[in-house]
Amino acid sequence: MADQANFTADVEPFMDPLYSAALRMTRNPADAEDLLQETFLRAYRGYSGFTEGTNLRAWLYRILTNTYINSYRAKQRRPEQTELDEVEDLYLYRRLGGLEAASLGRSAEDELMDMFTEGEVRDAIDALPDNFRVPVLLADVEGFSYKEIAEMMDTPIGTVMSRLHRGRKQLQKTLHDFAANRGLLGARSGTPGN
Amino acid sequence: MDAVEQLYAYLDGELDHSTVVRVEAHLRRCSPCLEAYDFSADLRRVIASKCSQSMPADVRSRLLGMFDDPGA
Repeated sequence: MADQANFTADVEPFMDPLYSAALRMTRNPADAEDLLQETFLRAYRGYSGFTEGTNLRAWLYRILTNTYINSYRAKQRRPEQTELDEVEDLYLYRRLGGLEAASLGRSAEDELMDMFTEGEVRDAIDALPDNFRVPVLLADVEGFSYKEIAEMMDTPIGTVMSRLHRGRKQLQKTLHDFAANRGLLGARSGTPGN
Repeated sequence: MDAVEQLYAYLDGELDHSTVVRVEAHLRRCSPCLEAYDFSADLRRVIASKCSQSMPADVRSRLLGMFDDPGA
């Protein structure tokens, strides 16, 4: 059993990642703070029920996700799109896959790091509808397993997998469109000696 | 599960041992799949690193301040 007296010290290491996740869920700093406030209050109240030595990070994310889905999102007035257009598999790879061959000595990871700004990556995630954004965030940014995400979202594992699959494709298409709009893709193939 | 879903399930660490062995054997022989896998793993790291934000000091002190008061 966890001791409430240690609560702030125990959760401190997770403050930054939880803040990043809350920002991507709510998509603005004021709502992220509200969501975290409610999350921490719930976690504090339930802390005596948390078994020490088990996964505190997953427990906190479960409360965060649950709070977002069940109470926070319910208050939003904005109607939420729940479907996505069909996007080709490996969308970005099929369009950029050969890029590392073009610039010697650089990894695809370095190329991608330079190609997209932090703002673009965050905007691309924010552009996903809720039911796709949350699983993509929990899997690709936070690294949780399908089973953990299914528990956090209270959704069957098959649903998590299919939303993850479609959400990832949509995210890649949005990123591609950002790069294309900035003329990055044309310049890359069109500049001699590059 | 189709090939691309399986590639992602491998990336996500979600395959059982015998399927992992099969996927890895395939990746050793098939350079298009290996490239697609490497690209997907790279992209995922880039996305995760660009999403990381620190909590502003004032937000942190407001949140932790909720638990300073013994009556909280």
